[in-house]
Amino acid sequence: MEFLYASEILLNGLMAGVMYSLVALGFVLIYKASGVFNYAQGVLALFAAMTLVGIMEGRVPFAHLLGAVFGIHVSSFGWTVPGAVAILLTALVMVGVAIAIEKLVLKHLVGQEPIILFMATIGLAWFLEGLGDVMWGADVKVLDVGLPQGISETVETLTNDWLGYGFFIDRLDIWAAMIAAVLVAALVGFSQYTKQGRAMRAVADDHQAALSVGISLQFIWIMVWSIAGFVALVAGIMWGTKSGVQFSLSLIALKALPVLMLGGFTSIPGAIVGGLIIGMGEKLFEYFIGPMVGGATENWFAYVLALIFLVFRPQGLFGERIIERV
Amino acid sequence: MLYREAGDFKTSYRDDGQTFPIRLDRWGYYAILAVAFLVVPLVIDSYWANAVLVPFLIYAIAAIGLNILTGYAGQVSLGTGGFMAVGAYAVYKLMIALPAVPIIIHILLAGAITAVVGVLFGLPSLRIKGFYLAVATLAAQFFLVWLFNKVPWFYNYSASGQINAPERTILGWAVTGPATTASAKYLICLVFAVVLAWVARNLTRGSVGRKWMAIRDMDIAAEIIGVNPLTAKLSAFAVSSFFVGIAGALLFAVYLGAAEATEAFGINKSFLVLFMIIIGGLGSIFGSFAGAAFLVLLPVFLKNLLVVQLGWPTDLAAHLELMIVGALIVFFLIVEPHGLARLWQLAKEKLRLWPFPH
Repeated sequence: MEFLYASEILLNGLMAGVMYSLVALGFVLIYKASGVFNYAQGVLALFAAMTLVGIMEGRVPFAHLLGAVFGIHVSSFGWTVPGAVAILLTALVMVGVAIAIEKLVLKHLVGQEPIILFMATIGLAWFLEGLGDVMWGADVKVLDVGLPQGISETVETLTNDWLGYGFFIDRLDIWAAMIAAVLVAALVGFSQYTKQGRAMRAVADDHQAALSVGISLQFIWIMVWSIAGFVALVAGIMWGTKSGVQFSLSLIALKALPVLMLGGFTSIPGAIVGGLIIGMGEKLFEYFIGPMVGGATENWFAYVLALIFLVFRPQGLFGERIIERV
Repeated sequence: MLYREAGDFKTSYRDDGQTFPIRLDRWGYYAILAVAFLVVPLVIDSYWANAVLVPFLIYAIAAIGLNILTGYAGQVSLGTGGFMAVGAYAVYKLMIALPAVPIIIHILLAGAITAVVGVLFGLPSLRIKGFYLAVATLAAQFFLVWLFNKVPWFYNYSASGQINAPERTILGWAVTGPATTASAKYLICLVFAVVLAWVARNLTRGSVGRKWMAIRDMDIAAEIIGVNPLTAKLSAFAVSSFFVGIAGALLFAVYLGAAEATEAFGINKSFLVLFMIIIGGLGSIFGSFAGAAFLVLLPVFLKNLLVVQLGWPTDLAAHLELMIVGALIVFFLIVEPHGLARLWQLAKEKLRLWPFPH
């Protein structure tokens, strides 16, 4: 029984790990293609989820600001938009955000040190966080695009029949895992078998060489940020459905960082495996060790695990070997 | 015409190596110190102390600390909030355990304890660098804050989980606790800020500081020319954490009076101090002060403008503030990656030549 219970926790940890991987994926994409460590990825997810809710509920953007400045008090257009259309519109907004980021920020920072770019994305994160709140209001929003939620009875009855103990697994988690799998497959397919994907890999490999064979860096960067925005949207939908669209959603970025450290910043499989390991590890640790030390170990376990791991393998599990020359 | 080095002859090494080689700089510095010590304490009221000056001085200390680590030694840290928490809880435990010992000693000891913790979390820096290290320091942030929340010993088993600063005095003046006057708060922070800034300035231009900068510029090359990365990196972590710990101790004991780890020392504190040194200027003591002043004043200014003058709701102003700070960071990084300190330097260059163009 103890074993079964532990494996149930393990499974749930794996599912949570998929969610971490989703966020980590966005980081890896941008890091690979532009060498930018994009701290704003979590806030992008929050912003995407907010925009999605805002569009679905027909909220007026900047309603609060309009009220304060011009005294116009409108909060809603009075219509609601179906989920699929809203997702499409939000994806367009994310492309817009990607273009704006490229034009206003990245373009001016080409050739700066990586750490400067990293700090710029922290600034960007603050800006987007403020923008999201000003645009759509800071209240906790409920996001429902029609994804199934609650306990999966199929799994429960099946496991109950086989093992005599019904596993509790959220249907949303199962969906998330499937969507993540599809997303990863699509990304891999895109980067391997399309012209743009090949250009993207070329840029990731060597900016200057890519430029010299006529690949437009600007276009690739916009594309990569758009894709990252889209991944953020998917992550935002998942997390938003699970726990409501609110500020804490942006903190999933912080959860994704140890995943990246573990998996390596440059590896898509690394992001997946790292996410699974961290998801599993923290749930099991919380279950076995957590009660002894007062619980809530999930906040830091991932970091300490990644830290200890890095001491032995500084480039992460699948990262490219770091070679340094003087 | 006025601001120049011509005619300011140095006749000894001692003169040549002083902190402010240009006479006008030196006078300006003495004048600022005189005003800060003699005039401000007499005219300060509690609004100015609590909203502007005390947080400015405390954050300046923290910013100097982080600047030593990030600006001089090149090790990016996102764990400042966690280290400030160590300083705060250390000073709290010391104040409770040893009430007879003067508070100044407590604060210094809190800094020393933070230094030890800092070295501990600095150990991975010997193996990993860059982003990996930045993320690794987040481990310190989350672990430490969690520790202070979950282990009741740290907050003396108080029901609320908060720590409250008991009243302590220096020469009969209360400097902590509710009875503290605005000028006492201001003065103790000022003394620490001035002394620590002086220490930092002299450390960074001496051999220790040169080693840090060598490590920052290229650690492998530095190692080859004989800089020991172990001592250089760990000493940077130790000194930096000492400063940050003192800032945390002052923040809790003098400024806040009561604190709760998640609230007062969360990840946002880490970013705030990081932003201060970016905006102020990496690798500059003056920049640390400038950045701290900027980010302490900006919210006060925006609040006055938006809420008091224009009458906008507070939450909207807070969100706009986030946007403005974020945009400013990006703006500064694009326009002047070396921050306010660099602008100040350029202004001084111009002043030296004025009124001639070249």
